[in-house]
Amino acid sequence: MIHFVLLISRQGKVRLTKWYSPYSQKERSKVIRELSGIVLNRGPKLCNFVEWRGHRVVYRRYAGLYFCMCIDEADNELEVLDIIHHFVEILDRYFGSVCELDLIFNFHKAYYILDEVLIAGEFQESSKRTIIRLLSTHDSMVEMAKEEATSIGNMIAQVTK
Amino acid sequence: MNPFSSGTRLRDMIRAIRACKTAAEERAVVRKECAAIRAAINENDQDYRHRNLAKLMFIHMLGYPTHFGQMECLKLIASPGFPEKRIGYLGLMLLLDERQEVLMLVTNSVKQDLNHTNQYIVGLALCALGNICSAEMARDLAPEVERLLQFRDPNIRKKAALCSIRIIKKVPDLAENFINPVAALLKEKHHGVLITGVQLCTDLCKVSPEALEYFRKKCTDGLVRTLRDLVNSPYAPEYDIAGITDPFLHIRLLKLLRVLGQGDADASDSMNDILAQVATKTESNKNAGNAILYECVETIMSIEDNGGLRVLAINILGRFLSNRDNNIRYVALNMLMRAITVDAQAVQRHRATILECVKDSDASIRKRALELVYLLVNESNVKPLTKELVDYLEVSDQDFKGDLTAKVCSIIEKFSPEKSWYIDQMLKVLTEAGNFVKDEVWHALVVVISNASDLHGYTVRALFRALQTTAEQESLVRVAVWCIGEYGDLLVNNAGRLNVEDPITVTESDAVDIVESAIKRHASDLTTKSMALIALLKLSSRFPSCSGRIKDIVVQHKGSLVLELQQRSLEFNSIIEKHQNIRSALVERMPVLDEATFGGRRASSLPNTVSTSSGTAVKLPNGVAKPSAAPLVDLLDLSDDVPAPSSSGGDFLQDLLGVNLPPATQSGTNQTPKAGTDVLLDLLSIGSTPAQDNNLSTPDILSSGQDNKPIIASLDVLAAPSLTHTTSSTASNMMDLLDGLDPAPPKPVENGPAYPSIVAFESSSLRLTFNFSKQPGNPQTTMISGTFTNLSSNLFTDFVFQAAVPKFLQLHLDPASGNSLPASGNGTITQSLKVTNSQHGKKPLVMRLRIAYKVDGKDVLEEGQINNFPRDL
Repeated sequence: MIHFVLLISRQGKVRLTKWYSPYSQKERSKVIRELSGIVLNRGPKLCNFVEWRGHRVVYRRYAGLYFCMCIDEADNELEVLDIIHHFVEILDRYFGSVCELDLIFNFHKAYYILDEVLIAGEFQESSKRTIIRLLSTHDSMVEMAKEEATSIGNMIAQVTK
Repeated sequence: MNPFSSGTRLRDMIRAIRACKTAAEERAVVRKECAAIRAAINENDQDYRHRNLAKLMFIHMLGYPTHFGQMECLKLIASPGFPEKRIGYLGLMLLLDERQEVLMLVTNSVKQDLNHTNQYIVGLALCALGNICSAEMARDLAPEVERLLQFRDPNIRKKAALCSIRIIKKVPDLAENFINPVAALLKEKHHGVLITGVQLCTDLCKVSPEALEYFRKKCTDGLVRTLRDLVNSPYAPEYDIAGITDPFLHIRLLKLLRVLGQGDADASDSMNDILAQVATKTESNKNAGNAILYECVETIMSIEDNGGLRVLAINILGRFLSNRDNNIRYVALNMLMRAITVDAQAVQRHRATILECVKDSDASIRKRALELVYLLVNESNVKPLTKELVDYLEVSDQDFKGDLTAKVCSIIEKFSPEKSWYIDQMLKVLTEAGNFVKDEVWHALVVVISNASDLHGYTVRALFRALQTTAEQESLVRVAVWCIGEYGDLLVNNAGRLNVEDPITVTESDAVDIVESAIKRHASDLTTKSMALIALLKLSSRFPSCSGRIKDIVVQHKGSLVLELQQRSLEFNSIIEKHQNIRSALVERMPVLDEATFGGRRASSLPNTVSTSSGTAVKLPNGVAKPSAAPLVDLLDLSDDVPAPSSSGGDFLQDLLGVNLPPATQSGTNQTPKAGTDVLLDLLSIGSTPAQDNNLSTPDILSSGQDNKPIIASLDVLAAPSLTHTTSSTASNMMDLLDGLDPAPPKPVENGPAYPSIVAFESSSLRLTFNFSKQPGNPQTTMISGTFTNLSSNLFTDFVFQAAVPKFLQLHLDPASGNSLPASGNGTITQSLKVTNSQHGKKPLVMRLRIAYKVDGKDVLEEGQINNFPRDL
């Protein structure tokens, strides 16, 4: 299973963290510090796997962002690379050629997308189209709720005028 | 509008934080936002609750504490609308983890949402539950999740399946409830449901043997069919990755088949064909294809034997291994390690390639490859493999040298066909990476050298040559110095020359030169220098012509700041100067070190200091780390299990090595004609036991020496340095340093019962030792003399010691002997305490202490509690 997912920028800033195994807040920041030290310092031609505390960390760099996933020794590292790519492709489709700023200002959306790709550290859906469809349904439900709220607000405002 | 709710939008806050140029600015912005959010929380502000939570999540990601927002998540989850719930669940997953009590409060809301009419809300609840549920929640909500496995919408079914994985991992007892619904999931067509169902099935099989049995019987054929359909399916754009339809599903199916086939011939048999098809037909030019092949190979290796398939699998790994992509090579190495138990011969074929991987520029690959090589070594290939590795040691980078050296040493030791090869290889390793060689490894080398009597000359000459070229490797220097000390004569007279070696002319003074350089070398540590001194002492007897020069070198250390060296220098000087008659016997060659004993001790994984440390550990009840002399004792007592040689020279020799003769022997031999030997013994041995003698209250030689009644006149002078140990309090600390024992200053027996002294307090910079005495007829009162020693290299001034005791004790403190404490143990402060125990015999003493002093004008305060007083004070 995937124990956690980290998105770290080239400068070592955390852009997304998702923990599927219990790590206390203290451990979390330690893990992030340790791993960003290891991953960011690896050369470009090296393999995408790092052995770390009895686990394996699979990472992949997209522009200035490192996507890291921590897995068990017995898991398939090559597949995890594809899972990362799958996630990135969905981000790309959702945001329309995604960049780091999208993930900063819409970080919650990145989390929603991740929740459609992984649950409990396991892979959920291999169809990008399904995921995009689900997400847009969610978004439109939010929009509808907002419009409803503003229209009620307008009505109240008119009545009380 | 609420005056406390912050007006800034999420976007504005993120922008403000990003605009900060320094960490302090960022903290200020965050603090301001947090204050506004807290205020809003207190106000129970509804309108901006979800915006505030979103802000908190961002702040959380930056690493600031956000626990105060946890209850907000719960409130949002409990509110009716989808947008609120969505952000509420996200906050729950981000800000909380399963170990927080708050999580229990959410159980009820989650339960309601699992039964919600809006399927998207059900999806939110399932997702949160799957990501962070605790064992209690799992128990409470399992029935809901189980029901949702049959929900009409596939997107809910797949979420429920993954949620079930978490539930059965948390509470394995619940596994059987899921068996039937999962069997239905395996027949699904929807890929998401199938992927999650197969995954759930795999996890069920892992936690429950019944489930494994059930699925093996009922589902193996169905799964094989599903995989076949998938492999042969036409192009499906929705699931296609690099020309393969849904590699994720492929991989999960292969994984489940592996679990089902393991240990079951029938199930394995039924999947052979499809595995062969996957292994041969999958395209390997893209990562996705390789991922499937990798999984397939692992399944083939794990299921019951089918020779043909395994050959196929090993060939795939061979192809992987020669791939240019580092990732592929990494997984190949990884898999070959597992394959080695199945087919070692086939893996051996790739030895050359694997060996190349040890030299790769990628640390991950190197590490894998090295471990694999280690498993590949056997009697027949040990020589070429070791040669390769040792050659590589020369050029490998520093980070890797530690690992590599450990493995090479281990290989050499485990498989060495003959002693000369072993010694040769170890010398190479020492020359290249001696600094990375562990102590026990070179100890073992010394034992082997000592046992290979026909190679003594060869070894010492080889070491001499090596030391001439490089003196940078500490353990090389140590072994070389030891050998030169022992076999210096063979070095000079070229005795026992082997055919393979070149003749070498070494004069006596060359040998002394090289040992001297080891002492003089700045980087040498205490152990090396001490060994070099011993080697010099031995050489002074082997090379009488150099005796004078050696004496000069030894004398130079008389003023050494390191007590160990100082003491050795003084003692050895006495031997050289005054005891010509016994010197040659004293420094005879060491008896052959017993391999079995030594090996056994290593195997039992005890530290080599068994004899000495077990003695001292008892004496240091507060777990004070042993002083640095420990490794020394350690290396000199290599032979303390050797049966005592019969010649008197052997006795001396043993003494030299610091053998811990039991105190009984010592006290039994005092005043006998052999007494002189024993004095010497005390003098030279490091772990000898004056303190224990004292405990036995047996007047021994030393105390008789103290009474100025020399046993043998000539020995008086000789014994002098040792006598000071027991008389002055400074020296008692010195003793302490030397042997880790806590010598009590000898007390006249009539002073009442003697108590062992204790190290009452020890920090990195300061040690306090307590010595106890009682006045006869007044058992309640204990006189304590405290001795402070400065272990740091700075002078302590304005030194004040304070102590406090519980009510049943009375404490009287006498003035201290001074208020400044010189650095590095070059002086002490003593202070007397008188403690009266009103509960004598019932309660032991206990004391709190506080020590204040100044270092370079800065105040330092140390505090501690003493619980390790002898029981009956």
